[in-house]
This record gives sequence, structure tokens and C-alpha cells, in this order.
Amino acid sequence: MSGAPLVLSGLRKSYGDVLAVASVDLAVEAGTICALLGPSGCGKTTTLRMIAGLERPDAGEISVGDRRLNGPGEFVPPERRRIGMVFQDYALFPHLDVAGNVGYGLGRRPDKRRVAEVLDLVGLRGEADRPVHELSGGQQQRVALARALAPTPELVLLDEPFSNLDATLRDRLRSEVREILADAGVTALFVTHDQAEALSIADTVAVMNEGRIEQIGSPEEVYSRPASRWVASFLGEIEVVPGDASNGAVECELGSLRVEHVNEGPVDVLIRPESVAIGLSGPQDAPAAEVVSRRYYGHDQLVALRLPSGRIIHSRRFGFPAWHEGDRVRVWIDGPSDVLPRA
Amino acid sequence: MSGGVSASSPRWHALTPGALLGRRKPPAALLAAGLVIAAGAVLPAVYLLIVIAGDLGPALDVAFDADTGLVLLRTLALAAAVTAAAVLIAVPIAWLTVRTDLPGRRLWATLCTLPLVIPSYVGAYLFVAALGPNGMLQDALGVERLPSIYGFFGAWLVLTLFTYPLVLLPVRSTLRRLDPQLEDAARGMGRTPFETFRTVVLPQLWPAIAAGGLLAALYVMSDFGAVSIMRFDSFTTEIYVSYKSAFDRTATAGLGAVLVALMLVLLWVNSRIRNSRALHRLGPGPSRPPRPYPLGRWRWPALLGCSALVLIALVLPVAVLVYWSTEGIAGGAVSAKIVGALAANSLMTAAFAALAGGACALVIALLAGRFPGAVSRTLERMSHAGYALPGIVVALALVYFATRAVAPVYQTLTLLVFALTVHYLPLGIGPITAALGQVSPRVEEAARGLGRGPLEVFRTITAPLLRGGILAGAALVFLHAIKELPATLILAPIGFETLATEIWNQTTFGFYEASAIPSLVLLAIAAPPLYLLSERGTVSS
Repeated sequence: MSGAPLVLSGLRKSYGDVLAVASVDLAVEAGTICALLGPSGCGKTTTLRMIAGLERPDAGEISVGDRRLNGPGEFVPPERRRIGMVFQDYALFPHLDVAGNVGYGLGRRPDKRRVAEVLDLVGLRGEADRPVHELSGGQQQRVALARALAPTPELVLLDEPFSNLDATLRDRLRSEVREILADAGVTALFVTHDQAEALSIADTVAVMNEGRIEQIGSPEEVYSRPASRWVASFLGEIEVVPGDASNGAVECELGSLRVEHVNEGPVDVLIRPESVAIGLSGPQDAPAAEVVSRRYYGHDQLVALRLPSGRIIHSRRFGFPAWHEGDRVRVWIDGPSDVLPRA
Repeated sequence: MSGGVSASSPRWHALTPGALLGRRKPPAALLAAGLVIAAGAVLPAVYLLIVIAGDLGPALDVAFDADTGLVLLRTLALAAAVTAAAVLIAVPIAWLTVRTDLPGRRLWATLCTLPLVIPSYVGAYLFVAALGPNGMLQDALGVERLPSIYGFFGAWLVLTLFTYPLVLLPVRSTLRRLDPQLEDAARGMGRTPFETFRTVVLPQLWPAIAAGGLLAALYVMSDFGAVSIMRFDSFTTEIYVSYKSAFDRTATAGLGAVLVALMLVLLWVNSRIRNSRALHRLGPGPSRPPRPYPLGRWRWPALLGCSALVLIALVLPVAVLVYWSTEGIAGGAVSAKIVGALAANSLMTAAFAALAGGACALVIALLAGRFPGAVSRTLERMSHAGYALPGIVVALALVYFATRAVAPVYQTLTLLVFALTVHYLPLGIGPITAALGQVSPRVEEAARGLGRGPLEVFRTITAPLLRGGILAGAALVFLHAIKELPATLILAPIGFETLATEIWNQTTFGFYEASAIPSLVLLAIAAPPLYLLSERGTVSS
């Protein structure tokens, strides 16, 4: 079993005069996991449903491997797409047992060995005869995944697959599902609004906003080199400090940064709080600052600092040593940062 | 902003999750079936209008006749009196059985709901058989004459006793959902228990009282059997007499139209009340279960009241039924063969109606539930037409339709089954719609994605999941169809008698022994589906 690449181009969908998906272009390499990340209502679920054939796009093309599923005048119905789908609420068949659910996509006389094989893959060996409503949330999730994988699809779509699970279970299942998908070798696209989920599972993250994809890249790229302020702030806390670019360097209140590919002129420096370092002493050009407040979270602490200009920025540090209001410190950038032309 | 977005092109907009997902056009076959069903459902009403429009003079004459006005007033007075009495009985019983420490309150609740099982004409028959001329009381006292129980008082008593559960059910279920903390708060602000009930509980009960009271009023206005057995001239009996005697059918149609107009007014008033009086709980979710209100020594009068009600509305009727049944068997007034044939006719008619009603309701529920839109909504509304038409009016309209337009079906079982199906279709749609609401469209989509076509998905997923709802819908149609009296009287082929018509015939002639066994058989047939429905909790709908 192996996955096939997924290619979307110019995908668009509106309902009456409501535009749900403006234009989506996306390519997912065979056998990789791609996260479609965005706030609720950004059109990501509609995109997923168009790929599954559950919605008809107004325009655009969808192909999986060398099969074109959607194009001008072309529409392959969902039952002939050979795409597995895992729904947010799992959508298990309540009147069928575990084996009945998993075997449903294998035709009227499902191959028992294949059912057992897939149940093995998701760690549900021995649960074949149980009614699905007796299963825990995590087990139901795995049945849904097994059901989607059983007919050996080239592509699996997952719609907010972990949102119905409690926090500890969610963490465990994220890594389990990642391994199961990798073992199956299938191409996977999953939709989520949770950046931690997208960053921790996916090989590629596509950040979506207002019906368009704003950035596609590896988790590290989208997190530390966001393509826009919106992407930057959607992926986590961000500090924006104004600066000036000239001769391959950016001067800003926190010192000077070496950068490439930046036009000269006013820029914004985007820094994650964990890249803001503080200390009683620091690099030579590190400005002095005063701790104005501090929130303690146990494993870390968020320290608010007033720079000489009066600007407040935040630094995320380990929980120890503790900083206190009124402490005089030095501040510098220690870690990835990004520079965007000033808006 | 980059790019020129012209004013007419769609603007991007955040979708509420799932708001518009999966909107599709219905398959042509389903849509066609829905059209046929909806057309059938409005056929009686439309044909009634056609008959009247074709000969407007006599219809208007009778509609605005002084006698018609008088009957109208009498019917309204009866409906008002029954509704008032039903509310006065139901609200205290509901409060006692939900909110107090009345001993055995759950049992009382069940016993007080049970009279609903007895068709009103059977109830009327049992009262006449007990208290009427040559009845049990007269026999026991050995007197020549008793004060008459016929007329307004008798009709009012019988209809009240067998319709108050229609108010009791919604009021009880609303009381159970009320937030008891509101009452605690009112008490904490210094209100007495009675003031608390009047100012806090009662206002929240009004929608339920209005809904239940409306059901009772509609029931009274469309009732034919009980009023005719109690010899009360109501609108329905007037229509029946006019139909049986007059050659001028337009006049009868005019009467029918007036009754329908009256029912439509009541339904409209009810929908206004429901919309305007919707009350919502403010603040967070489930509150603690209510603490029963201690009755103290008031529990004795409360128990006495409940006992008296159950005695009159349930124990006495059943005792009378058993008494006349043994009399009937001992006296040889009924042969097993005849009762068997009657039961077979009733069963067959009701079973056909249930089959047709269940299938039609499934089509309408699927259209409305899975393919929402203006067309589906219109078809669904049309399918509810039978709700506003009394059985006797449906039957009349279909007689005209059959004799004028499709003579071969006149005097056939087909026409009777059609009438029952159309009349009770709305009852079937409810449970199927509810069951469909429990089946997430995502489940069907998952099945599509696993390689099965739409028909396969319906066969392997949707249908099995809807089975309970379809059964409940069909059972409701069955229950009402087997009890239906006026439509059966008017539309049954000559010589085709059912349990219902036999009970009515024999009672109007005063042959109480002969009515008893068919009544008992009717109750016995209706009991199992009724029990199943009450287990599912659909009976109150």
C-alpha cells in the first residue's frame, strides 16, 4: 500500500452569496502528512469535503495520483474516489459492531483477514465483536481510522480528528495516529484549528485564512518564518518590534540582526517570546529593561519587560530562576526571528 | 485591498460550522414521490373548496345560516367547557405527581394518563351503558326512569374524562424541566408557596397548558362518535345528518368548510402562542433535581382527588366493559365469528393505512430532513393538511371526489385506506423526523466515502437506523386508524363493518351487550402498539 500525491488547484466554493473557499492551491507529496490549519470558519472543512466529493466545487481541479476527481465538467462521486475519511465525530455506524464498521468499505462480503489486519494496525485486536457505543472515545477514534484505512485508499482525510478527546488522550493519540498513518504509507490531509496539533503531527503545514492558503511549509518554517503577521500571530504569541534594514542587517531596539533577502527600509521584526532572552548581564549592545510583571506557569514563566522606549515585550523563560517585578535586566534576541516589510 | 472584487461576486464569509455543508438537490424519484404524497394530502381540502366554488350560493347560505351559527356556538361552548375542565383537572394532577411527596406519585401519573387509551366513543358508550336508559344503574336501582345523561352535560363529562390527559402530558413534561431554583429564589424573597406557584410556576406552564388545551379543543371539535352517542348536536353530527339526508351536497361541504376554518383559526392562535411565549432558562445548564414539596395533611384530600378521578375515568369504564362483556357472552348476543370478522376488517384497514402512512411519512421526512429547501418545506407543510381536517370532513370531501372524478374507487377499501392515510400522515412524520435527526448526515457520508452508492447507503445504513422511528410512525397511524369512526362510517364499502362502526351502531340502538365485546377487542388490539409507543415516549407528541 502506498499513497499518491494530492494536487488542488484554484479550488473555489460558494453557497449563494457566501464565499466559503476563495481559491485554494495545494500539493501534498505522496506518503506525507499535511495539516490544513486555520481558525474556525476559514473554509478548511469545506476544502476537505470537496476533496472527498461531499461538496461540488464551483471551480478548480482535484487530482489524486494520476486520477482527476474534479475538473471542468468532471465530478467523480464520493463512492468512486477511493479516499478514506475520518470525521470529527467519527460517524461510526451505530448499528454495526467494530468489525462491521471496519469491513463496510470492503464490499458485501468483507475479507476477514483484512479486517483483522487493520484492527491490528490500530491496536484493536480482539475488539472486533464489540458494539461501537461500548468503546471509549479513543477507541472509537481508532475504529474510524481503521475503517478509513481498510479499503487501502491512496489518500486519507481527517477532519479535526482529535477535537473530541480529552487533553491527555489527545496527546497520546496524536503520536499513535502519526505512526499508524506512516506505517500504512498513505498520504494524509488533516484539518485542525489547533496549532500545536498541526506542528507536532504534520510533515507540511498549510495555514488557511478567509478561504485562502496563506502559507505552506514545514512546521519549523511556518512557526519561525511566518509569511504574514496574521500567520505569525495565529501560530502563537508574537512580539512585533519596528526596525530598519540596511546593508543586510536590521537595527531594532533589541540590537542588530543579520538578515538576508530584505529590501532596505522600515521593517517589522517578529520574535516569539521564547526567543527573547533576558539576563543580569548580556551581549554588549543588549539594551537594559525593567521587569514590570511576571506570570508563572510552572514549567515556564512569561516575563513582561519595559524597554527604554517604554515599549512592553514578553520573554518566555524556564520556570527557574524566578524573575521579579522591578528587576533590572538586559534583553537580547536569542533564537529564530523573522523580518517583514513594515505594513 | 488587492484585486477588484466586483459588487455582485460572493464575498468571503466565515461559515458557522456545518451550516450549509452537504446541501444537495433531492433525487428526482424522491421528489416525485413527495409531490404525489403532498398532492394527496391536500386533495380533500382542495376538493372541498372546488365543490363549494362550483355552487357557491347554497354553500354560503348554509355557512351563514342562523342554525349553523347556533350549532357553531354549541360546538364552541362544548369545546371551551371541556378544555377548561381538562385544564382544571390536569394542572393540579401534574403538580401533585411531579412536585410533591404524594404517596405513589409515579403510579398515579400512569393511572391518570391511561384514560387516553379509551376511544371517546367507547367511553361514551360505557357511560350510557352504565347510567343511561336500561343501563346498569337503572337495573340496580330497579326504577323506571333516571335523569337523562344525554346532551351537553353528558358530552362534556365524557369528553373531559377522556381528553384531560392531552393536557396532563405536556404540562407534566414541562413541570419536570422547570428549574426548581426559581421557586427557591421566590420563596427566599418572601413569597408564600401559593404565590410562588401563581407568579413563578404558572407563567412558565402557560405554553404547555395552551398546547394541551388546544389539542383538547381540536379533539372536541372534530369528535363525532362521543357526541353522537351522547345525542349532542355538534358540528360533526350536523354534517353527518346533512350528508345522510340531504341531496344537496354543497350545503354539507359548506358546513365542513366552516368547521375547517374554525380549526385553522385555533391552530393559528396556537402557533402564535407558542412563538410568543417561548421561555428560556437563563444561566448555566442542568440544575439539581427538585425537592418534593411536603403535602403534610393535605395529602389526604390530594389522594382522594386522584382516586376519584381514576375511579371515574378508568376503573368504572373498565368495570362496565367487563360487566357487559360477560353479559354479552352469557346472553349469546355476539358470535365469535362475527367479532372475528369485525376484528379482521379493522386490522386489515388499519394495517394498510399504517403501511401506506409509514411509507409516505418516510418520503416526506427524508425530503425535509436531508434535502432542506423551499420545495421540501412546502411539501412537508402540505403533508400536514390532514391535521387541520376532521375525519368526517376528509371522508366527505373524498366521497365527492370519488363520485365525481373517479367513480370506480367509490365504495372500495382503497378509498377508505386513502382517507385514513391522508388524515393520519402527520402523526407518522413526527417520529420518523425525530429518528432521522438522530442520524448524523456524516454517517451517511462516511458510507459514501467507503464505496457505496446512495441507494446502497440507504439500504445498509439509513434504513436500519430509522427502523425504530418508522415503526413508531406506522404504529401511531395504525392506532388512530383502527379507532377512526366517522371516516369509516362514510367511506367503508357497503356491508363492510369494523369494530368501530359496530360499537357505534349497536350503542345507538341501545344494544350494550353487543357493543361490549367489540370494544374489548378494540382495546386489546390497540394496547400493544400503545405500550410500545409509551415506552419510546412518543405517545405524548
